[in-house]
Amino acid sequence: MLLTLIRRYSKPYLPQILAVIIFQLASTIATLYLPSLNAKIIDQGVSKGDTDYIWQTGALMLAVAFGQVITAVAGVYYGSRVAMSMGRDLRRDVFRKVSSFSAKDVNTFGAPTLITRGTNDVQQVQMLMLMGLNFMVSTPIMCVGGIIMALQEDLSLSWLVWVSVPVLVAVVGYLVVRLMPLFRSMQKKIDAINGVLREQIIGIRVVRAFVREPYEVKRFGAANRDLTDVSVKIGNLFVLMFPAIGMILHLSTAAVLWFGGERVDSGDMEVGALTAFLQYLLQILIAVMMGTFMAMMIPRASVCADRIGEVLDVEPSIHNPDAPVTPAEKKGRVEFRDVTFKYPGAEEPVLSNISFSAEPGQTLAIIGSTGSGKTTLVSLLPRLYDVAAGEVLLDGVPVTELDRDEITSRVATVPQKPYLFSGTIEHNLRFGKTEATEDELWDALETAQAKDFVQEKSSGLNRRIAQGGTNVSGGQRQRLCIARALVTQPKVYLFDDSFSALDVATDARLRRALKEKTRDATVIIVAQRVSTIADADQILVLDNGRIVDRGTHEELLETSPTYQEIVESQLSAEEVA
Amino acid sequence: MSGQNQQKRGWAAKAEAAKAARAAAAADETAVAAVADDDFEEEEYTPGEADGGMFGNLPAKKAKAFGPSAKRLMGLLKPESAGVFFVIGLVVVSVVLNVIAPKVLGSAMDVIFGGVIGKQLPPGVSQAAFAEGLRQAGQNNFADMVSKMELTNGINFSKLTFLISIVLLMYFVANIFLWAQGFVLNRIVMKVINRLRNDVQAKLNRLPLNYFDTRQRGDILSRVTNDVDNVQQGLQQAFAQLVSSVLTVFGIVVMMFIVSWELALIALIALPLSGIVAGVIGSRSQKLFAAQWKNTGALNGQIEESFSGHELVKVFGRDADMLERFDERNEALYKASFGAQFVSGIIFPAMNFISYLAYVGIAVVGGLRVASGSMSLGDATAFIQYSREFTQPLGQIAGMANMLQSGVASAERVFEFLDADEQVPEDAAKHLPARTDGHVEFENVSFSYVADKPLIEDLSFSAEPGHTVAIVGPTGAGKTTLVNLVMRFYELNSGRITLDGVDIKELGRSELRSKVGMVLQDAWLFGGTIYDNIKYGKLDATEEQIMEAAKATYVDRFVRALPDGYQTIIDEEGTNVSAGEKQLITIARAFVSDPSLLILDEATSSVDTRTELLLQKAMAALRTDRTSFVIAHRLSTIRDADTILVMENGSIVEQGRHSELLSMQGAYYRLYMSQFAGEDAEETPVDDTTAVHS
Repeated sequence: MLLTLIRRYSKPYLPQILAVIIFQLASTIATLYLPSLNAKIIDQGVSKGDTDYIWQTGALMLAVAFGQVITAVAGVYYGSRVAMSMGRDLRRDVFRKVSSFSAKDVNTFGAPTLITRGTNDVQQVQMLMLMGLNFMVSTPIMCVGGIIMALQEDLSLSWLVWVSVPVLVAVVGYLVVRLMPLFRSMQKKIDAINGVLREQIIGIRVVRAFVREPYEVKRFGAANRDLTDVSVKIGNLFVLMFPAIGMILHLSTAAVLWFGGERVDSGDMEVGALTAFLQYLLQILIAVMMGTFMAMMIPRASVCADRIGEVLDVEPSIHNPDAPVTPAEKKGRVEFRDVTFKYPGAEEPVLSNISFSAEPGQTLAIIGSTGSGKTTLVSLLPRLYDVAAGEVLLDGVPVTELDRDEITSRVATVPQKPYLFSGTIEHNLRFGKTEATEDELWDALETAQAKDFVQEKSSGLNRRIAQGGTNVSGGQRQRLCIARALVTQPKVYLFDDSFSALDVATDARLRRALKEKTRDATVIIVAQRVSTIADADQILVLDNGRIVDRGTHEELLETSPTYQEIVESQLSAEEVA
Repeated sequence: MSGQNQQKRGWAAKAEAAKAARAAAAADETAVAAVADDDFEEEEYTPGEADGGMFGNLPAKKAKAFGPSAKRLMGLLKPESAGVFFVIGLVVVSVVLNVIAPKVLGSAMDVIFGGVIGKQLPPGVSQAAFAEGLRQAGQNNFADMVSKMELTNGINFSKLTFLISIVLLMYFVANIFLWAQGFVLNRIVMKVINRLRNDVQAKLNRLPLNYFDTRQRGDILSRVTNDVDNVQQGLQQAFAQLVSSVLTVFGIVVMMFIVSWELALIALIALPLSGIVAGVIGSRSQKLFAAQWKNTGALNGQIEESFSGHELVKVFGRDADMLERFDERNEALYKASFGAQFVSGIIFPAMNFISYLAYVGIAVVGGLRVASGSMSLGDATAFIQYSREFTQPLGQIAGMANMLQSGVASAERVFEFLDADEQVPEDAAKHLPARTDGHVEFENVSFSYVADKPLIEDLSFSAEPGHTVAIVGPTGAGKTTLVNLVMRFYELNSGRITLDGVDIKELGRSELRSKVGMVLQDAWLFGGTIYDNIKYGKLDATEEQIMEAAKATYVDRFVRALPDGYQTIIDEEGTNVSAGEKQLITIARAFVSDPSLLILDEATSSVDTRTELLLQKAMAALRTDRTSFVIAHRLSTIRDADTILVMENGSIVEQGRHSELLSMQGAYYRLYMSQFAGEDAEETPVDDTTAVHS
């Protein structure tokens, strides 16, 4: 996958990549040329006492060095440019792809992993591209070039290259292979110890209430010891790396001098060639070592690339219709016809044979215990999911044939989990209708019983909201979400258990105010509590994904055993105390 | 040699990656951390991963007081000072050997060179005569060189062998010492960090609760986790390398002057030059990196938000907007990161260029001097090696300084944590009677979280043994505070609270709390099995006791339905166990601890009605025969409480039984009416029997 990604995303930048290669090549050749010039100074200049030659060659060296820096900088310029462009493109594609996902697609992955894939994984791949362009291109050039140059200086010493390079790769490789799992294990231990601390801080009241400090200290101590043990183990191996590499380099140096000395003595080699050979060998070894370290990045980046590939390969399960139908009316009539829904991979349908209709001006309530399929039911209307069988109609047209805009302009949802975006209150309220006037915002806030706490702070509508809305209380968040839906003035309201975090008095006031505002709209309320829905025009009692009973509160009290059971459970829950 | 430096960079890159990963974990924390304070300060997003990896360090946090903090950080090493000096000794020896070796290697080169030139001597002609001959032939320079050289006929291999052996021995010893110092230092640092972690843990237990209330959870977490890790890295890498780098630079300079002071001067010109280059480009790239982090943060924040709020984006049809904003930010990030990577990428070639300049200078001047006989070829090659080895530790020192700075900044944050005010020391002068019956008395209690905002004032009441005391009132009335005071989570401003006649201030906290069982609103369970979570209430509980508790609190019923039963792991997502079920487990946990005083905070969040019923039953089971404080959110649950305390703005405005309070037609009556007026206040009068109230 990594290769596929790199191939696909490097295509637009092939000329620049070529430039990187050319510049790196030039810069490497310049780097390699310097020792050979130095050798010439010794052989032609120093040995013969030719100072003019020394000066001339010195000037040439300077020019070569200058050329080296220029080409290197140019290489870095194109390298970082290409790598960052590719990262940008990749990130954009992941974002676009996920944006085109349906709720089902998002849920198959889960939002957190999608976030990691879109941020961290892309960064990993981008980093690899950068390193690759800046270093991995030059490493093989340096190796090959170094070997060629070294062989040019003296062929018969070449066996030193064949011996020292594999030894270096073996030693570094061995240590890296041994270290990698230890690093992973250290990361786990660090996570473990941080996990213990996190639990202690979050659960500090419980820890203190149960006087479990000593127990926690013991637990922490064990985790700490674990971590220390692994760290020491890593350290023990790691401190070997540095001297071992040093030793290999020094042994190679000594070997070159020793065996080279013999060849010089027999007149087969010049002294300058000897020093050049020495420098080439060191350059090769360093390049090999760099390459080995760089290669360490590959496994990790390829895991990331696989994860990104998984996202990019998904075909979104819900599309906008090719030939959307525009409904004749915009009233907000909702009808479910024999709807069945199944989550992917699930054996049992979540919803079976659901049929009902809700008219403008009416309130339809859905009640049932956890897992009865209420939330799923309401997410079918805005097409977060598509039905497995049957039809969901909005103003007489199946939602699958409607343009997304037609749906969103009619339906406003207040989700079960109140989620706010970072920004200001105003920014959040305008989320569904950017052009709303300030009066409209205040009006919505008033209906949602949120006006008081927004006004309370001097910042008012400009008050900052943290991501997710974590800096306001649960009840406030819920009310802001209700206000956000109200601002759009839709034809259909979907309240998915949206009053749960409100205290009872506020709940009652809010529902009274809502009734005014939603007079002409279709209101669909999902609720746990009977009190919330007692005055609905129609109540659907859901059990195991089926509508077991329907009717008004009074009718159901008479006829529906399931409804009675729910009513009784709430009643007795209160009575028990 | 230079290989070592590459090596170290590799290690630093890995460490960077690990550090950034942890920073990411902390960022998650910050995101979920509840914000205690109403006023919200926008937090800087901590980027996800090692974007800078090799050269782009995490933006170094600046220490507020570098000197004192660094000193205190070094102070941590004090108990290990013997080891530290040993390490420094080892470093010194290995650096000295490493620095001298090239000079010896140069002598080996001289032996070779001498042999080569010596061979050119015609047989029977002496060195002096040969030089004279050269001079006459006009080759003055060469003649000078030859006359100064130690010529041999052919290479003196025994001398060469000797010198090479010496060099190898030196390097061997140097590397052994290097390894030894790393080995010892690693142990020392780990020991110190282990101790620091334990100190942090111990401190955690001594901090008063309001420390946690008044700070963002993410901040505390990052102090005790990321910052400690950062200190570890600072010590492990920066400390050791800084010592050896500084020593190496110093040693090389000395050796350079010994070999040839003229060449040394040339080499030293490179020093300020590379300093300037590193400084100028470095500080530019630091700024660019900061911009890159900021943009990364903004973009990742948006990705996080768009993906988490994916459904909302869909239902409100905001996809196009989101894409537009994303593209803008993505482009901004591209520009920023391209700039940062490019500028930081220049440093390497630029430094290289300077080292080449020195290299060329040395090659030329050295060559001239060798040719004129005032320097040996070996010395020149040794010098080249010195000059190349010289710039690398310099670059390292700059890098390490950065890491050290960030380490010290982290250490400072850890120290701040360690220095935070602790809770009032325990008196523990008195003890409770062996058999407590849970008589609680508040006498003129006043309390406030913030000095100028009084919350509870002059509060007095008494809870009789075995009674249920219900506390009702609107949000923010101080209900939770009241029970927290019983637990002595906070210290009173004035007045006293007694348990069985003993002032709780005179009791050890653990003695007090061990008598009290608590069920909190947020059902906190730790990551572990259900069994272990129940056992948390009483660590030495037998299996029967745990089963008994589980059965009494209706945990057993749903646990049996789980595939792994009591061994089911509760994780942070808690997908396998519902909120209501978690609450039941916390009740079981309190049950097994068998307290004589109970504090129950009723959940307000909506749980499904059947679980709700079980919760009520479980709490009722728990309350049997115990003095209980119940914070009630739905008045219907507390009708038969022995005492109902109605709180408003921190004081108890009414006190009595349900029926008494209703007949008073005061605060309780109003509260009651407002709750039951819920659905249709206009039409139907409140009637207890139709109760479908919430």
